[in-house]
Amino acid sequence: MKRIATITLTAVLALGMLAGCGSKDDAVPSEAPKTELSGTVSTDGSTSMEKVIGALGESFMETNDGVTFTYNPTGSGSGITAVAEGRCDIGLSSRSLKDEEVAQGLTETKLALDGIAVVVNPENPVEDLTLEQIAQIYTGEITNWSEVGGNDAEIVVIGREAGSGTRDGFESITGTGEACQYRQELTSTGDVITTVAQNPDAIGYASLASVEDSVKALSVDGVQPSEDTVKDGSYAIQRPFVLVTRTDEPLSDVAQAFFDFATSADAREIISGAGVVALF
Amino acid sequence: MLKQNNKNKVIETVIHIVFLLLGLVAVGFVLLITVYLIISGIPAIRQIGLFDFLFGTKWASTNAEPEFGILPFILTSVYGTAGAILLGVPVGFLTAVYLSKAAPPKVKSIMETAVSLLAGIPSVVYGLVGMMVLVPLIRNVFHVPDGASLLAAIIVLAIMILPSIIKVSITALDAVPAEYEDASLALGATPIETYFRVSVPAAKSGIAAAVVLGVGRAIGEAMAVMMVAGNVANMPSLFQSVRFLTTAVASEMSYSSGLQRQALFSIALVLFLFIMLINAVLNLLLKRGGDQ
Repeated sequence: MKRIATITLTAVLALGMLAGCGSKDDAVPSEAPKTELSGTVSTDGSTSMEKVIGALGESFMETNDGVTFTYNPTGSGSGITAVAEGRCDIGLSSRSLKDEEVAQGLTETKLALDGIAVVVNPENPVEDLTLEQIAQIYTGEITNWSEVGGNDAEIVVIGREAGSGTRDGFESITGTGEACQYRQELTSTGDVITTVAQNPDAIGYASLASVEDSVKALSVDGVQPSEDTVKDGSYAIQRPFVLVTRTDEPLSDVAQAFFDFATSADAREIISGAGVVALF
Repeated sequence: MLKQNNKNKVIETVIHIVFLLLGLVAVGFVLLITVYLIISGIPAIRQIGLFDFLFGTKWASTNAEPEFGILPFILTSVYGTAGAILLGVPVGFLTAVYLSKAAPPKVKSIMETAVSLLAGIPSVVYGLVGMMVLVPLIRNVFHVPDGASLLAAIIVLAIMILPSIIKVSITALDAVPAEYEDASLALGATPIETYFRVSVPAAKSGIAAAVVLGVGRAIGEAMAVMMVAGNVANMPSLFQSVRFLTTAVASEMSYSSGLQRQALFSIALVLFLFIMLINAVLNLLLKRGGDQ
């Protein structure tokens, strides 16, 4: 008897919760229909662009209630293939399109530039490294600062965790993918900065936007990293964030609206907020 | 009169059901988490192979040909916990004996408050202090290039498990009947002899439970360890950067996908089994203590 009562009560409670959910869903569209847009914008591609595209998508959905924005983090290559095969509206790539990809009928629109600064402790006398030296340090070929004109001290190589967009970007630009010999793998930019600020022999990398005064950003091949040198392309450790679309097939209304929003001046703050240099 | 009784009976039954439901919530969550972990942890183990997963020595989850060997994590967790116990238990145990038996009431009350505060400090604060103070200290004292290491994690964990060891040990020592100690003193034993020959043996199952509780806390800690251990999937070594089972899950979860993500759930499952084992030991010890 008691058991039956319990089961009944549980069932009633569960139904109540379901009913609650249902009525809430119904209420949403009638609350504030700000625009006429409705439908789905699907994006697919680069995992490094997660922060940028996530922020843009969120903001876009906020102003357009009827729109569903999806992002499938598969990697640049998969994203480009997906848009070429029509499996998504907009492909996301953290590299420029290759010629054969353009020949397939794809168009690239550079959304932003991701500059990665190489940072050391302010006490470190080294000011400049070549891209090759940086690669050698990270792969363990150079292990002492004296080999690159610094003090006689072992280099402490700091990086980010596997899967991080910054790590992926850094390793792909320096050509050190899968070969890096890290002393520490930290899970946030802040941790990297703090650790490098504390250890006079440490070297680390971080998104350009998040470099603070507590560390020293090295110039690479003689070029100081800054928003300007990233924009004009003279700073080497950078890569574009690209929106990929099909050349001869127009976007759906809602996808076009998102594309226009992402490339408008309104989106600049959101893009900069994600730590990259906005291009529009 | 009869009506009143009936009404009471109904109220009793209703309240009984409400309590039962609330109790079931906790049980339900345990079951839910267990089932979820098993369901999401098994596929990756099947794909990777149980032996390769548990005894593989290389973890490279994002390589083109990924490798998922978690032996470094398991060993690091075991060594780290053992190290923390080795450092934390003597300190905690002796503190407990002192506070329970020898300390003047005023000292006892101040120190017990301090221990309670230690227990209340969030783990991220332990991690932060460890990162800012301990890691540079280890670097300077031992002349190693970098202080983020297994040693730093062991020291942080040892401090973190102190409160649970001290508090549970004190409870066990306080529960020793005064007659035992009086008898020992009356026979001419000194107070110190009495504490270590009479009180401690009488409270040994409680003290053992305190140690196991410390083990449980140490093996499950993620945040503080992540900030001081360096997080590279090396085989454990005292001055090397290492990755624990907990930090392996926590550090890669946010960006992971596909098999990598499933493998992280599998690591969580292994960790879960470890903690279940520790809890079983703890229950056994407490039960034995209760029987005495």
